[in-house]
Amino acid sequence: MATVTLGGKDVEIDEDGFIQDPNEWNEDVALDLAKTEGVEEMGEDHWKLVHYLRDYYLKFGIAPMIRKLCKENGFSLKYVYEMFPSGPAKGACKVAGLPKPTGCV
Amino acid sequence: MAKRDTPMLDELLKGPYPSFVKELYKVQERKPMVQDLLGQLEDSYEERIGHWKHGGIVGVMGYGGGVIGRYSDLQDKYPNVAHFHTMRVNQPAAWFYTSDILRKIADIWEKHGSGLTNMHGSTGDMVLLGTTTDELEPTFQALAKEGFDLGGSGSVLRTPSCCVGPARCEWACYDTLKLCYDFTQEYQDELHRPFFPYKFKFKFSGCPNDCVASIARSDMSIIGTWKDDIQIDQAAVAEYAKAGMDIQADVIDICPSKCMKYDGEGIEVDNHECVHCMHCINVMPKALAPGKERGATILLGAKAPIMDGALLASVLVPFIDLNDPDEVEDLHELIGNIWDFWGEHGKNRERIGELIQRVGMSTFLEAIGLEPEPEMISAPRDNPYIFFKEEEDEEEEE
Ligand code: SF4
Ligand code: SF4
Repeated sequence: MATVTLGGKDVEIDEDGFIQDPNEWNEDVALDLAKTEGVEEMGEDHWKLVHYLRDYYLKFGIAPMIRKLCKENGFSLKYVYEMFPSGPAKGACKVAGLPKPTGCV
Repeated sequence: MAKRDTPMLDELLKGPYPSFVKELYKVQERKPMVQDLLGQLEDSYEERIGHWKHGGIVGVMGYGGGVIGRYSDLQDKYPNVAHFHTMRVNQPAAWFYTSDILRKIADIWEKHGSGLTNMHGSTGDMVLLGTTTDELEPTFQALAKEGFDLGGSGSVLRTPSCCVGPARCEWACYDTLKLCYDFTQEYQDELHRPFFPYKFKFKFSGCPNDCVASIARSDMSIIGTWKDDIQIDQAAVAEYAKAGMDIQADVIDICPSKCMKYDGEGIEVDNHECVHCMHCINVMPKALAPGKERGATILLGAKAPIMDGALLASVLVPFIDLNDPDEVEDLHELIGNIWDFWGEHGKNRERIGELIQRVGMSTFLEAIGLEPEPEMISAPRDNPYIFFKEEEDEEEEE
Protein backbone atom coordinates (compact mmCIF):
# COMPACT_ATOMS: atom_id res chain seq x y z
CA MET A 1 0.00 0.00 0.00
CA ALA A 2 1.30 3.45 -0.85
CA THR A 3 0.07 7.02 -0.68
CA VAL A 4 0.40 9.22 -3.74
CA THR A 5 -0.80 12.63 -4.76
CA LEU A 6 -3.66 12.47 -7.25
CA GLY A 7 -5.73 15.46 -8.27
CA GLY A 8 -4.00 17.55 -5.64
CA LYS A 9 -4.73 15.30 -2.67
CA ASP A 10 -3.16 12.33 -0.91
CA VAL A 11 -4.79 9.07 -1.95
CA GLU A 12 -4.01 5.48 -0.98
CA ILE A 13 -3.35 3.07 -3.84
CA ASP A 14 -2.58 -0.64 -3.97
CA GLU A 15 0.47 -2.11 -5.71
CA ASP A 16 -1.31 -2.11 -9.07
CA GLY A 17 -2.13 1.59 -8.65
CA PHE A 18 -5.87 1.20 -7.96
CA ILE A 19 -7.27 3.67 -5.45
CA GLN A 20 -8.49 1.99 -2.29
CA ASP A 21 -11.42 4.18 -1.33
CA PRO A 22 -13.89 4.90 -4.16
CA ASN A 23 -15.14 7.92 -2.19
CA GLU A 24 -11.82 9.66 -2.78
CA TRP A 25 -12.54 9.73 -6.50
CA ASN A 26 -13.29 12.87 -8.48
CA GLU A 27 -12.53 13.97 -12.03
CA ASP A 28 -9.19 15.50 -11.06
CA VAL A 29 -8.13 12.23 -9.50
CA ALA A 30 -9.27 10.52 -12.70
CA LEU A 31 -7.15 12.82 -14.83
CA ASP A 32 -4.03 11.92 -12.87
CA LEU A 33 -4.86 8.21 -12.91
CA ALA A 34 -5.33 8.39 -16.67
CA LYS A 35 -1.73 9.57 -17.07
CA THR A 36 -0.48 6.44 -15.32
CA GLU A 37 -2.32 4.30 -17.85
CA GLY A 38 -0.98 5.82 -21.04
CA VAL A 39 -4.07 7.92 -21.78
CA GLU A 40 -2.93 11.12 -23.47
CA GLU A 41 -6.12 13.04 -23.20
CA MET A 42 -9.50 12.30 -21.66
CA GLY A 43 -12.03 12.87 -24.46
CA GLU A 44 -15.81 12.76 -24.38
CA ASP A 45 -15.98 8.98 -24.86
CA HIS A 46 -13.34 8.44 -22.19
CA TRP A 47 -15.52 10.25 -19.69
CA LYS A 48 -18.64 8.46 -20.90
CA LEU A 49 -17.01 5.09 -20.20
CA VAL A 50 -15.49 6.18 -16.90
CA HIS A 51 -18.80 7.51 -15.59
CA TYR A 52 -20.60 4.41 -16.80
CA LEU A 53 -18.15 2.19 -14.91
CA ARG A 54 -18.37 4.27 -11.77
CA ASP A 55 -22.16 4.42 -11.79
CA TYR A 56 -22.38 0.69 -12.41
CA TYR A 57 -19.99 0.01 -9.58
CA LEU A 58 -21.78 2.27 -7.14
CA LYS A 59 -25.08 0.60 -8.02
CA PHE A 60 -24.05 -3.05 -8.12
CA GLY A 61 -20.81 -3.19 -6.17
CA ILE A 62 -18.93 -4.92 -9.02
CA ALA A 63 -17.54 -4.04 -12.42
CA PRO A 64 -19.75 -4.98 -15.40
CA MET A 65 -18.81 -7.83 -17.71
CA ILE A 66 -16.89 -6.58 -20.72
CA ARG A 67 -19.53 -7.57 -23.24
CA LYS A 68 -22.16 -5.60 -21.39
CA LEU A 69 -19.84 -2.62 -21.15
CA CYS A 70 -19.30 -2.55 -24.91
CA LYS A 71 -22.94 -3.13 -25.74
CA GLU A 72 -24.40 -0.54 -23.41
CA ASN A 73 -22.00 2.16 -24.53
CA GLY A 74 -21.97 1.23 -28.19
CA PHE A 75 -18.18 0.81 -28.14
CA SER A 76 -16.26 -1.96 -29.87
CA LEU A 77 -13.64 -3.72 -27.79
CA LYS A 78 -11.02 -2.38 -30.17
CA TYR A 79 -12.16 1.16 -29.52
CA VAL A 80 -12.02 0.63 -25.77
CA TYR A 81 -8.37 -0.43 -26.15
CA GLU A 82 -7.70 2.57 -28.35
CA MET A 83 -8.99 4.84 -25.61
CA PHE A 84 -7.42 2.91 -22.74
CA PRO A 85 -4.38 1.06 -24.12
CA SER A 86 -3.92 -0.97 -20.95
CA GLY A 87 -7.43 -2.34 -21.39
CA PRO A 88 -10.83 -1.96 -19.74
CA ALA A 89 -9.91 -3.75 -16.52
CA LYS A 90 -6.50 -2.32 -15.80
CA GLY A 91 -7.02 1.03 -17.53
CA ALA A 92 -10.64 2.16 -17.59
CA CYS A 93 -11.62 0.70 -14.20
CA LYS A 94 -8.58 2.23 -12.56
CA VAL A 95 -9.33 5.67 -13.97
CA ALA A 96 -12.95 5.29 -12.85
CA GLY A 97 -11.72 4.75 -9.33
CA LEU A 98 -12.96 1.21 -8.95
CA PRO A 99 -11.10 -1.13 -6.65
CA LYS A 100 -9.12 -3.79 -8.48
CA PRO A 101 -11.58 -5.94 -10.47
CA THR A 102 -11.44 -9.65 -9.74
CA GLY A 103 -12.09 -11.53 -12.90
CA CYS A 104 -14.88 -9.38 -14.36
CA VAL A 105 -14.25 -6.87 -17.15
CA MET B 1 18.51 -9.65 3.21
CA ALA B 2 21.28 -12.12 3.80
CA LYS B 3 21.01 -15.58 2.38
CA ARG B 4 18.83 -17.60 4.65
CA ASP B 5 19.27 -21.26 5.58
CA THR B 6 16.75 -23.44 3.84
CA PRO B 7 16.91 -26.86 5.51
CA MET B 8 13.47 -27.97 4.34
CA LEU B 9 14.20 -27.11 0.73
CA ASP B 10 17.54 -28.95 1.05
CA GLU B 11 15.51 -32.09 1.68
CA LEU B 12 14.10 -31.79 -1.82
CA LEU B 13 17.57 -32.18 -3.29
CA LYS B 14 17.78 -35.72 -1.97
CA GLY B 15 16.56 -38.71 -3.88
CA PRO B 16 16.94 -39.72 -7.49
CA TYR B 17 14.57 -37.22 -9.05
CA PRO B 18 15.28 -33.88 -10.69
CA SER B 19 14.38 -31.05 -8.37
CA PHE B 20 13.28 -27.48 -9.01
CA VAL B 21 15.21 -26.54 -5.88
CA LYS B 22 18.44 -27.58 -7.54
CA GLU B 23 17.69 -25.22 -10.42
CA LEU B 24 16.87 -22.38 -8.04
CA TYR B 25 20.09 -22.90 -6.06
CA LYS B 26 22.05 -22.63 -9.31
CA VAL B 27 20.82 -19.10 -9.99
CA GLN B 28 20.49 -17.68 -6.48
CA GLU B 29 24.06 -16.38 -6.35
CA ARG B 30 23.50 -14.07 -9.28
CA LYS B 31 19.82 -13.32 -8.75
CA PRO B 32 18.74 -11.76 -5.43
CA MET B 33 15.17 -12.31 -6.58
CA VAL B 34 15.70 -16.05 -6.56
CA GLN B 35 17.40 -15.88 -3.18
CA ASP B 36 14.32 -14.22 -1.73
CA LEU B 37 12.10 -16.65 -3.56
CA LEU B 38 13.85 -19.53 -1.80
CA GLY B 39 13.61 -17.74 1.53
CA GLN B 40 9.90 -17.12 1.13
CA LEU B 41 9.29 -20.69 0.06
CA GLU B 42 11.11 -22.02 3.12
CA ASP B 43 8.89 -19.76 5.24
CA SER B 44 5.86 -21.18 3.49
CA TYR B 45 6.98 -24.74 4.19
CA GLU B 46 7.57 -23.92 7.85
CA GLU B 47 4.31 -22.08 8.34
CA ARG B 48 2.34 -24.23 5.91
CA ILE B 49 0.91 -21.18 4.26
CA GLY B 50 1.42 -19.59 0.86
CA HIS B 51 2.82 -16.09 0.73
CA TRP B 52 1.63 -14.95 -2.67
CA LYS B 53 -1.24 -12.51 -2.58
CA HIS B 54 -4.23 -13.44 -4.65
CA GLY B 55 -4.52 -11.72 -8.01
CA GLY B 56 -2.96 -8.63 -9.41
CA ILE B 57 -3.66 -6.70 -12.56
CA VAL B 58 -0.60 -5.93 -14.58
CA GLY B 59 0.01 -6.14 -18.28
CA VAL B 60 1.49 -4.58 -21.35
CA MET B 61 -0.07 -1.84 -23.42
CA GLY B 62 -2.72 -2.97 -25.87
CA TYR B 63 -3.20 -6.38 -24.27
CA GLY B 64 -5.56 -7.51 -21.54
CA GLY B 65 -3.88 -10.87 -21.00
CA GLY B 66 -0.53 -12.61 -21.07
CA VAL B 67 0.83 -11.47 -17.72
CA ILE B 68 -0.17 -12.91 -14.37
CA GLY B 69 0.39 -10.46 -11.56
CA ARG B 70 1.97 -11.83 -8.42
CA TYR B 71 2.97 -10.05 -5.23
CA SER B 72 4.51 -11.30 -2.03
CA ASP B 73 2.77 -10.60 1.25
CA LEU B 74 6.18 -10.61 2.96
CA GLN B 75 7.54 -7.65 1.05
CA ASP B 76 9.48 -6.23 3.99
CA LYS B 77 11.27 -9.48 4.66
CA TYR B 78 11.76 -10.41 0.99
CA PRO B 79 11.83 -7.15 -0.97
CA ASN B 80 13.24 -8.78 -4.09
CA VAL B 81 10.08 -10.80 -4.62
CA ALA B 82 7.75 -7.91 -3.81
CA HIS B 83 6.82 -8.32 -7.49
CA PHE B 84 7.13 -11.72 -9.09
CA HIS B 85 4.95 -11.60 -12.19
CA THR B 86 4.65 -14.43 -14.67
CA MET B 87 4.69 -13.85 -18.42
CA ARG B 88 3.16 -16.34 -20.82
CA VAL B 89 4.78 -16.48 -24.24
CA ASN B 90 3.04 -18.02 -27.24
CA GLN B 91 5.01 -21.14 -28.17
CA PRO B 92 5.69 -22.10 -31.78
CA ALA B 93 3.30 -24.78 -33.09
CA ALA B 94 4.28 -28.17 -31.62
CA TRP B 95 7.17 -26.57 -29.72
CA PHE B 96 9.77 -26.50 -32.46
CA TYR B 97 12.67 -24.23 -31.61
CA THR B 98 16.19 -23.74 -32.80
CA SER B 99 18.75 -23.80 -30.01
CA ASP B 100 19.71 -20.33 -31.12
CA ILE B 101 16.28 -18.89 -30.41
CA LEU B 102 16.09 -20.67 -27.06
CA ARG B 103 19.36 -19.01 -26.08
CA LYS B 104 17.96 -15.64 -27.11
CA ILE B 105 14.85 -16.14 -25.00
CA ALA B 106 16.99 -17.23 -22.07
CA ASP B 107 19.14 -14.11 -22.49
CA ILE B 108 16.09 -11.85 -22.61
CA TRP B 109 14.77 -13.37 -19.43
CA GLU B 110 18.14 -13.30 -17.71
CA LYS B 111 18.25 -9.59 -18.38
CA HIS B 112 14.64 -8.66 -17.61
CA GLY B 113 13.46 -11.28 -15.13
CA SER B 114 14.51 -14.00 -12.73
CA GLY B 115 15.99 -16.18 -15.45
CA LEU B 116 13.63 -18.97 -14.37
CA THR B 117 11.36 -20.56 -16.93
CA ASN B 118 8.86 -23.35 -17.11
CA MET B 119 8.96 -25.07 -20.48
CA HIS B 120 6.06 -25.44 -20.90
CA GLY B 121 2.89 -24.61 -18.99
CA SER B 122 -0.10 -26.91 -19.32
CA THR B 123 -1.79 -24.61 -21.82
CA GLY B 124 1.30 -24.87 -23.97
CA ASP B 125 2.94 -21.47 -23.51
CA MET B 126 6.49 -20.86 -22.48
CA VAL B 127 6.18 -19.60 -18.94
CA LEU B 128 8.66 -16.96 -17.84
CA LEU B 129 8.60 -16.84 -14.05
CA GLY B 130 9.21 -13.75 -11.99
CA THR B 131 9.73 -10.16 -12.95
CA THR B 132 8.76 -6.69 -11.80
CA THR B 133 6.09 -4.40 -13.19
CA ASP B 134 8.73 -2.06 -14.67
CA GLU B 135 10.27 -4.86 -16.70
CA LEU B 136 7.05 -6.05 -18.37
CA GLU B 137 6.98 -3.64 -21.26
CA PRO B 138 10.75 -3.92 -22.06
CA THR B 139 10.49 -7.73 -21.97
CA PHE B 140 7.51 -7.65 -24.28
CA GLN B 141 9.42 -5.43 -26.72
CA ALA B 142 12.52 -7.63 -26.60
CA LEU B 143 10.45 -10.76 -27.23
CA ALA B 144 8.59 -9.09 -30.09
CA LYS B 145 11.91 -8.25 -31.72
CA GLU B 146 12.69 -11.96 -31.84
CA GLY B 147 9.27 -12.71 -33.30
CA PHE B 148 7.54 -13.85 -30.13
CA ASP B 149 4.22 -12.70 -28.77
CA LEU B 150 2.53 -13.08 -25.41
CA GLY B 151 0.05 -15.89 -24.89
CA GLY B 152 -3.37 -15.75 -23.30
CA SER B 153 -4.43 -15.44 -19.67
CA GLY B 154 -7.69 -14.58 -17.98
CA SER B 155 -11.02 -14.68 -19.79
CA VAL B 156 -9.56 -14.91 -23.28
CA LEU B 157 -8.87 -17.44 -25.95
CA ARG B 158 -5.90 -19.23 -24.45
CA THR B 159 -2.88 -19.91 -26.59
CA PRO B 160 -3.87 -22.65 -29.07
CA SER B 161 -1.65 -25.73 -28.99
CA CYS B 162 -1.20 -28.84 -31.08
CA CYS B 163 0.52 -32.21 -31.22
CA VAL B 164 3.64 -32.67 -33.32
CA GLY B 165 1.42 -33.95 -36.14
CA PRO B 166 2.78 -34.53 -39.62
CA ALA B 167 6.09 -32.90 -38.68
CA ARG B 168 7.16 -36.16 -37.09
CA CYS B 169 4.22 -38.49 -36.85
CA GLU B 170 2.92 -40.76 -39.60
CA TRP B 171 -0.52 -41.06 -37.99
CA ALA B 172 -1.46 -37.42 -38.37
CA CYS B 173 -4.75 -37.20 -40.24
CA TYR B 174 -4.39 -33.47 -40.85
CA ASP B 175 -1.77 -30.76 -40.54
CA THR B 176 -2.11 -29.85 -36.87
CA LEU B 177 0.73 -27.32 -36.97
CA LYS B 178 -0.80 -25.38 -39.82
CA LEU B 179 -4.28 -25.31 -38.33
CA CYS B 180 -2.94 -24.29 -34.92
CA TYR B 181 -0.94 -21.49 -36.53
CA ASP B 182 -3.88 -20.35 -38.67
CA PHE B 183 -6.22 -20.27 -35.68
CA THR B 184 -3.67 -18.32 -33.66
CA GLN B 185 -3.47 -15.72 -36.41
CA GLU B 186 -7.20 -15.64 -37.04
CA TYR B 187 -8.09 -15.05 -33.41
CA GLN B 188 -5.45 -12.56 -32.27
CA ASP B 189 -8.08 -10.23 -30.85
CA GLU B 190 -9.74 -12.94 -28.82
CA LEU B 191 -6.33 -14.10 -27.59
CA HIS B 192 -5.13 -10.77 -26.27
CA ARG B 193 -8.25 -8.85 -25.30
CA PRO B 194 -10.62 -10.53 -22.86
CA PHE B 195 -14.16 -10.58 -24.21
CA PHE B 196 -15.42 -13.97 -23.01
CA PRO B 197 -17.23 -15.01 -19.83
CA TYR B 198 -14.23 -17.20 -19.05
CA LYS B 199 -11.31 -18.93 -20.77
CA PHE B 200 -11.62 -20.84 -24.05
CA LYS B 201 -9.07 -23.32 -25.34
CA PHE B 202 -8.43 -24.90 -28.72
CA LYS B 203 -6.27 -27.99 -28.93
CA PHE B 204 -5.34 -29.86 -32.07
CA SER B 205 -4.49 -33.56 -32.16
CA GLY B 206 -3.62 -35.29 -35.39
CA CYS B 207 -5.25 -38.61 -34.58
CA PRO B 208 -7.36 -40.25 -31.87
CA ASN B 209 -4.25 -40.94 -29.77
CA ASP B 210 -4.81 -37.31 -28.83
CA CYS B 211 -1.31 -36.57 -27.59
CA VAL B 212 -2.27 -33.09 -26.35
CA ALA B 213 -5.20 -34.59 -24.40
CA SER B 214 -7.53 -32.20 -26.15
CA ILE B 215 -10.60 -34.25 -25.34
CA ALA B 216 -10.12 -33.55 -21.65
CA ARG B 217 -8.39 -30.21 -21.61
CA SER B 218 -9.78 -27.96 -24.30
CA ASP B 219 -13.14 -26.32 -24.83
CA MET B 220 -12.90 -27.10 -28.52
CA SER B 221 -10.97 -30.17 -29.40
CA ILE B 222 -10.03 -30.96 -33.00
CA ILE B 223 -9.01 -34.58 -33.37
CA GLY B 224 -7.82 -36.17 -36.59
CA THR B 225 -9.72 -39.17 -37.89
CA TRP B 226 -10.49 -41.04 -41.10
CA LYS B 227 -13.66 -42.04 -42.91
CA ASP B 228 -12.65 -45.04 -44.98
CA ASP B 229 -10.94 -48.31 -44.08
CA ILE B 230 -7.86 -48.91 -41.96
CA GLN B 231 -4.96 -49.60 -44.34
CA ILE B 232 -3.52 -53.06 -43.92
CA ASP B 233 -0.24 -54.37 -45.23
CA GLN B 234 -0.70 -58.15 -44.89
CA ALA B 235 2.97 -58.87 -45.62
CA ALA B 236 3.94 -56.70 -42.66
CA VAL B 237 1.33 -58.50 -40.54
CA ALA B 238 3.11 -61.75 -41.39
CA GLU B 239 6.42 -60.18 -40.38
CA TYR B 240 5.02 -59.31 -36.95
CA ALA B 241 3.78 -62.89 -36.55
CA LYS B 242 7.14 -64.25 -37.60
CA ALA B 243 8.88 -61.99 -35.11
CA GLY B 244 6.83 -63.62 -32.36
CA MET B 245 3.96 -61.22 -31.79
CA ASP B 246 0.82 -62.89 -30.45
CA ILE B 247 -1.51 -61.05 -32.79
CA GLN B 248 -4.64 -62.73 -31.48
CA ALA B 249 -3.94 -61.85 -27.83
CA ASP B 250 -2.24 -58.51 -28.23
CA VAL B 251 -4.30 -56.97 -30.98
CA ILE B 252 -7.49 -58.81 -31.95
CA ASP B 253 -8.72 -59.66 -28.45
CA ILE B 254 -8.12 -56.14 -27.18
CA CYS B 255 -10.01 -54.38 -29.96
CA PRO B 256 -12.78 -52.64 -27.96
CA SER B 257 -15.44 -53.12 -30.59
CA LYS B 258 -14.39 -56.70 -31.40
CA CYS B 259 -14.35 -55.91 -35.08
CA MET B 260 -11.08 -57.61 -36.04
CA LYS B 261 -10.27 -61.13 -37.18
CA TYR B 262 -6.99 -62.93 -37.63
CA ASP B 263 -6.83 -66.32 -39.30
CA GLY B 264 -3.11 -66.91 -38.95
CA GLU B 265 -2.59 -65.49 -42.43
CA GLY B 266 -3.95 -61.97 -42.45
CA ILE B 267 -6.00 -59.44 -40.53
CA GLU B 268 -9.53 -58.48 -41.45
CA VAL B 269 -11.30 -55.42 -40.04
CA ASP B 270 -15.03 -54.80 -40.07
CA ASN B 271 -14.44 -51.08 -40.52
CA HIS B 272 -18.07 -50.20 -40.03
CA GLU B 273 -17.76 -51.27 -36.39
CA CYS B 274 -14.33 -49.76 -35.75
CA VAL B 275 -14.42 -46.96 -33.15
CA HIS B 276 -11.03 -45.56 -34.21
CA CYS B 277 -9.42 -46.22 -30.85
CA MET B 278 -5.98 -46.56 -32.50
CA HIS B 279 -5.04 -49.62 -30.45
CA CYS B 280 -4.29 -51.97 -33.34
CA ILE B 281 -2.44 -49.26 -35.25
CA ASN B 282 -0.34 -48.37 -32.21
CA VAL B 283 0.68 -51.98 -31.70
CA MET B 284 1.42 -52.77 -35.36
CA PRO B 285 2.56 -49.47 -36.86
CA LYS B 286 4.30 -51.16 -39.77
CA ALA B 287 1.24 -53.16 -40.78
CA LEU B 288 -1.70 -50.90 -40.03
CA ALA B 289 -2.39 -47.24 -40.69
CA PRO B 290 -5.34 -44.85 -40.58
CA GLY B 291 -7.40 -44.74 -43.77
CA LYS B 292 -6.76 -42.42 -46.69
CA GLU B 293 -9.84 -40.25 -46.46
CA ARG B 294 -8.67 -38.11 -43.59
CA GLY B 295 -10.04 -35.16 -41.68
CA ALA B 296 -11.05 -34.36 -38.13
CA THR B 297 -13.81 -34.61 -35.58
CA ILE B 298 -14.74 -31.43 -33.72
CA LEU B 299 -15.63 -31.85 -30.07
CA LEU B 300 -16.81 -29.29 -27.57
CA GLY B 301 -17.07 -28.70 -23.88
CA ALA B 302 -14.18 -30.28 -21.97
CA LYS B 303 -12.53 -28.70 -18.98
CA ALA B 304 -10.31 -29.56 -16.05
CA PRO B 305 -11.89 -29.66 -12.59
CA ILE B 306 -11.14 -26.16 -11.32
CA MET B 307 -14.79 -25.34 -10.75
CA ASP B 308 -17.70 -27.79 -10.80
CA GLY B 309 -15.74 -30.95 -11.69
CA ALA B 310 -14.13 -32.19 -14.88
CA LEU B 311 -15.95 -32.58 -18.18
CA LEU B 312 -15.02 -34.53 -21.29
CA ALA B 313 -15.84 -33.12 -24.69
CA SER B 314 -18.78 -34.29 -26.78
CA VAL B 315 -18.85 -34.64 -30.53
CA LEU B 316 -20.11 -31.56 -32.32
CA VAL B 317 -19.10 -32.17 -35.93
CA PRO B 318 -18.43 -35.85 -36.70
CA PHE B 319 -16.21 -35.21 -39.71
CA ILE B 320 -14.70 -32.20 -41.38
CA ASP B 321 -12.35 -32.14 -44.33
CA LEU B 322 -9.71 -29.64 -43.27
CA ASN B 323 -8.26 -29.44 -46.75
CA ASP B 324 -11.50 -27.95 -48.01
CA PRO B 325 -11.42 -24.17 -47.43
CA ASP B 326 -15.23 -24.01 -47.45
CA GLU B 327 -15.48 -26.49 -44.61
CA VAL B 328 -12.86 -24.59 -42.63
CA GLU B 329 -14.82 -21.39 -43.27
CA ASP B 330 -17.95 -23.11 -41.94
CA LEU B 331 -16.03 -24.11 -38.85
CA HIS B 332 -15.03 -20.51 -38.17
CA GLU B 333 -18.64 -19.47 -38.60
CA LEU B 334 -19.72 -22.14 -36.14
CA ILE B 335 -17.11 -20.94 -33.65
CA GLY B 336 -18.47 -17.40 -34.04
CA ASN B 337 -21.98 -18.63 -33.28
CA ILE B 338 -20.77 -20.57 -30.25
CA TRP B 339 -18.95 -17.53 -28.85
CA ASP B 340 -21.99 -15.30 -29.46
CA PHE B 341 -24.31 -17.62 -27.60
CA TRP B 342 -21.82 -18.08 -24.78
CA GLY B 343 -21.20 -14.33 -24.58
CA GLU B 344 -24.93 -13.62 -24.39
CA HIS B 345 -25.96 -16.37 -22.01
CA GLY B 346 -22.83 -17.50 -20.18
CA LYS B 347 -22.48 -16.47 -16.57
CA ASN B 348 -19.30 -14.92 -15.35
CA ARG B 349 -16.67 -17.71 -15.13
CA GLU B 350 -18.85 -20.31 -16.81
CA ARG B 351 -17.07 -22.53 -19.33
CA ILE B 352 -18.84 -23.46 -22.54
CA GLY B 353 -19.26 -27.08 -21.39
CA GLU B 354 -21.00 -25.93 -18.23
CA LEU B 355 -23.29 -23.65 -20.21
CA ILE B 356 -24.28 -26.59 -22.43
CA GLN B 357 -25.04 -28.65 -19.34
CA ARG B 358 -27.14 -25.84 -17.93
CA VAL B 359 -29.25 -25.08 -21.01
CA GLY B 360 -29.24 -28.58 -22.52
CA MET B 361 -27.61 -29.79 -25.72
CA SER B 362 -30.74 -29.41 -27.86
CA THR B 363 -31.22 -25.74 -26.93
CA PHE B 364 -27.54 -25.15 -27.54
CA LEU B 365 -27.53 -26.80 -30.97
CA GLU B 366 -30.56 -24.84 -32.02
CA ALA B 367 -28.94 -21.60 -30.88
CA ILE B 368 -25.74 -22.19 -32.82
CA GLY B 369 -27.63 -23.44 -35.87
CA LEU B 370 -26.33 -26.99 -35.99
CA GLU B 371 -28.48 -29.99 -36.89
CA PRO B 372 -28.27 -32.84 -34.37
CA GLU B 373 -26.54 -35.91 -35.74
CA PRO B 374 -26.50 -39.49 -34.47
CA GLU B 375 -22.71 -39.35 -34.00
CA MET B 376 -23.20 -36.83 -31.22
CA ILE B 377 -24.47 -39.47 -28.83
CA SER B 378 -22.62 -42.49 -27.55
CA ALA B 379 -25.67 -44.74 -27.17
CA PRO B 380 -29.39 -44.57 -27.94
CA ARG B 381 -31.54 -43.45 -25.09
CA ASP B 382 -33.24 -46.25 -23.14
CA ASN B 383 -35.67 -44.07 -21.23
CA PRO B 384 -38.79 -43.71 -23.42
CA TYR B 385 -40.27 -40.74 -21.56
CA ILE B 386 -39.34 -37.89 -23.85
CA PHE B 387 -41.27 -34.71 -24.39
CA PHE B 388 -41.39 -34.15 -28.10
CA LYS B 389 -41.67 -30.57 -29.11
CA GLU B 390 -45.07 -29.31 -30.13
CA GLU B 391 -44.38 -28.61 -33.78
CA GLU B 392 -43.08 -32.14 -34.21
CA ASP B 393 -46.33 -33.47 -32.75
CA GLU B 394 -48.29 -31.40 -35.18
CA GLU B 395 -46.28 -32.63 -38.10
CA GLU B 396 -47.00 -36.18 -37.12
CA GLU B 397 -50.72 -35.52 -36.83
CA GLU B 398 -50.89 -34.04 -40.30
S1 SF4 C 1 -2.03 -37.23 -31.63
FE1 SF4 C 1 -1.72 -38.77 -33.22
S2 SF4 C 1 -0.85 -37.58 -34.91
FE2 SF4 C 1 -0.57 -36.34 -33.08
S3 SF4 C 1 1.46 -36.89 -32.34
FE3 SF4 C 1 -0.02 -38.17 -31.27
S4 SF4 C 1 -0.07 -40.05 -32.43
FE4 SF4 C 1 0.84 -38.51 -33.76
S1 SF4 D 1 -8.77 -48.89 -34.24
FE1 SF4 D 1 -9.49 -49.83 -32.36
S2 SF4 D 1 -11.65 -50.28 -32.78
FE2 SF4 D 1 -10.67 -49.94 -34.76
S3 SF4 D 1 -10.03 -51.95 -35.43
FE3 SF4 D 1 -8.29 -51.09 -34.37
S4 SF4 D 1 -8.48 -51.82 -32.27
FE4 SF4 D 1 -10.47 -52.14 -33.25
